[in-house]
Amino acid sequence: MLPFLARRLIVAVLVALAVSAVAFGLMFVSGDPAVVLAGQAGRAQDVELIRQAYGLDRPIVIQFFSWLGKALRGDFGTSLYFNLPVASIVGERLPVTLLLGSAAFLLAMIVSVPLGIVASLKPGGALDRAALLLAVLGQAIPSFWLGLILIVVFGVWYGLVPISGTETWQGYILPVIVLSYYAMPALMRLTRAGMIDVLGADYIRTARAKGLARLRILLVHALRNAVLPLVSLAAVQFGMMLSGSIVIESVFAINGLGRLAWESLLRSDLPVVQAIILILSLIYVTLTTVADLINAWLDPRLRSA
Amino acid sequence: MIRFRIAALAGAIAFASLGLSAPPAQAGKADDTLNAAFALEPEALDTYKIAGREGLILARHIYDGLLYKDLDSGEIKPALAKAWRFVDPTTMEFDLREGVVFHNGAKFTADDVVYTLNTVLDPNYGTRFRIAVDWIEKVEKVSDFQVRIKMAKPFAGAVEMLADALPIYPAAYFKEVGSAGMAAKPVGTGPYKLTEMTPGIRYAFERFDGHYAGSPKGKPAIGKIVVRTIPELNTQFAELLAGKLDWSWRIPPDQAARLASRIQIVNGPIMRIAYVGLAVNAKGKDYPTKNLLVRRAINHAVNREAIVKAFAGGASQVLNAACNPKQFGCAQDVATYAYDPAKAKALLTEAGFANGVDIEMVFAAMPRPVAEAVASDLAKVGIRVTLNEQQYAAGVQKWRAGELPAFFTNWGSYGTGDVAFIISNFFGGGADDLVQDKEVIDLVTVADTAQDRTLRQENYAKALKKIADQAYWLPMYDFNINYGLSSSLVFKPHPDEFARWWLSSWK
Repeated sequence: MLPFLARRLIVAVLVALAVSAVAFGLMFVSGDPAVVLAGQAGRAQDVELIRQAYGLDRPIVIQFFSWLGKALRGDFGTSLYFNLPVASIVGERLPVTLLLGSAAFLLAMIVSVPLGIVASLKPGGALDRAALLLAVLGQAIPSFWLGLILIVVFGVWYGLVPISGTETWQGYILPVIVLSYYAMPALMRLTRAGMIDVLGADYIRTARAKGLARLRILLVHALRNAVLPLVSLAAVQFGMMLSGSIVIESVFAINGLGRLAWESLLRSDLPVVQAIILILSLIYVTLTTVADLINAWLDPRLRSA
Repeated sequence: MIRFRIAALAGAIAFASLGLSAPPAQAGKADDTLNAAFALEPEALDTYKIAGREGLILARHIYDGLLYKDLDSGEIKPALAKAWRFVDPTTMEFDLREGVVFHNGAKFTADDVVYTLNTVLDPNYGTRFRIAVDWIEKVEKVSDFQVRIKMAKPFAGAVEMLADALPIYPAAYFKEVGSAGMAAKPVGTGPYKLTEMTPGIRYAFERFDGHYAGSPKGKPAIGKIVVRTIPELNTQFAELLAGKLDWSWRIPPDQAARLASRIQIVNGPIMRIAYVGLAVNAKGKDYPTKNLLVRRAINHAVNREAIVKAFAGGASQVLNAACNPKQFGCAQDVATYAYDPAKAKALLTEAGFANGVDIEMVFAAMPRPVAEAVASDLAKVGIRVTLNEQQYAAGVQKWRAGELPAFFTNWGSYGTGDVAFIISNFFGGGADDLVQDKEVIDLVTVADTAQDRTLRQENYAKALKKIADQAYWLPMYDFNINYGLSSSLVFKPHPDEFARWWLSSWK
């Protein structure tokens, strides 16, 4: 297990570095950051001064390594837009995204896994069809629209929850529901498909023949094998939720990492973009590594791989 | 903590489904708080480094300048300076007001003016727009309450700039904390002080009771202001309808019409105008727009009346001169080009393009439907437009490099009512000037630096006449803004796009 973990960690670091190098280059391809920073009323001489002030006139490679050197020492620099340390800007928003993403992920799992299991018991039955309807709706309804409808109904009409912002914990209710709803269909369908597959296997018949309790068969024997692909998918979904949803954060005026990343890209706030990309790539790499470890624990055959 | 919150959250979901209600909405009037929302995040609140309107609006509530422009009367009023005069054409003298205090209790003196302005005009400080300060050579203290500004060059916009665009910071504090410190904890003399800030997210203000008597901004009627960033307009509308928001802006005309029966909609014209720049002298590139007949054909081909009516609405109108009619010096007796596709076709044929002509047009910071309408009108007379949408930065970069024959965008003149802030930029020979008409450059240069208003007016008029005759631009229209307000708020919009909440009150 240890060499496996070590190998994964080295790959993780390399991936994070590669991602941030590519991202750094892409920022320059998408337009001259100095022009973006100067704003719409910026004249050519303003652009020149900004280029010098922020060192944007140096070769890109040198700019990247100077950034990397500082980042490795924990110095992520100063936001060009807010003129405040990147660490404090990101520090304001990371917890919001972590809370939103974790809660939504938890809710999605709590709803979709049991629903997938129930649906798999009688494929084509009433419960399965109801679950399918939910899945189709989840896939078809844009989260943007769902968010606004929930706002109108529960925020404007009934006034049960705040319409936007996260100044109180109630502000998280609608966004968590919308964000999790978006992830439910895939998780549910995959649980269902996995369970149907496994329930048809010989060893399940054997277990039944031995007279084991039905629930025990379902949860211990079947689920353990059925969840393998689910773990991998869940890791990716969780990663997506933690990296912040630009759409949901915008609709509910939640100031998380997703929208910060998007806005910072538009305004060429290089230090912020770089810090977020580094954090997000680390989150992804960590999650996929954890998923691999869980799978290896669930299925001993994978450990030697 | 997180675990606790998740538990609370699950509880809340259960509550909501049971129909138990959350805490009641706090209407703004009831607790004397003006709740405002922007779609864009304000920048760091050091005015000298702000490019966006949102940050500048907040900054003007915190800081004061030496002078103030009353846009309703067009009058320049004394602010931190109680009187001023030109000692000679390049020296301005200011008598400063006594008894003014900053939010941190520091007393305002000449040292604050001298240190603030001398600091921000140093190129190393990184002042965002050089045009704001590059006309100042240095600022000198005459006495504790008198300063002199030595100008680097005669600059007609000096008074406009000093009117609230160049705020004065408390010298001792500014010296200690620098620009980053001002951004983290702004301190000014303005009518409101910042009490709480989550940068880019939420800003809370409280009326500053020590705001100096005789301030042109006056004593605000409203005690508190909370400004939040709500990026999605639909969400802003929901907040407005639910009575939790008092002020929002830049509501599209169709949405405003629909909301008008439910909330208070106020419309006002602004300085910003839309235009299509046509490259004449594009760094050696030979575009069809180099041909006067083609440029005139373009002007005749676009049905601007219809476009303004359909897309801009409100107070917007078609422009003929390359400026906003509300600006000083924006002469209106220039050549006009009526919508006349037949004439446009004839002009094209005369120019040798009987079979039509292809040009690329990039549009930036303009709605796509408007750009498409322009392109389709042009196509009708045989000008086949390749339309590309770009971010403003990318578009203007291409324009300055001479890589575009046509650039469709807008210009806000820094919200100032003087044509110096528009035609000097586009026809004064600088980087944005892809016409480089020697005659126009000379006229504009004289007008920009003269103190004599009649002379300035005459020169700008001549320049604008030539620009229209030569059809260097396709001037489109001036913008207007819809504000969505709660029914209890009194708010007067101003054409410079600066919201003045210190003038607001409750009904």
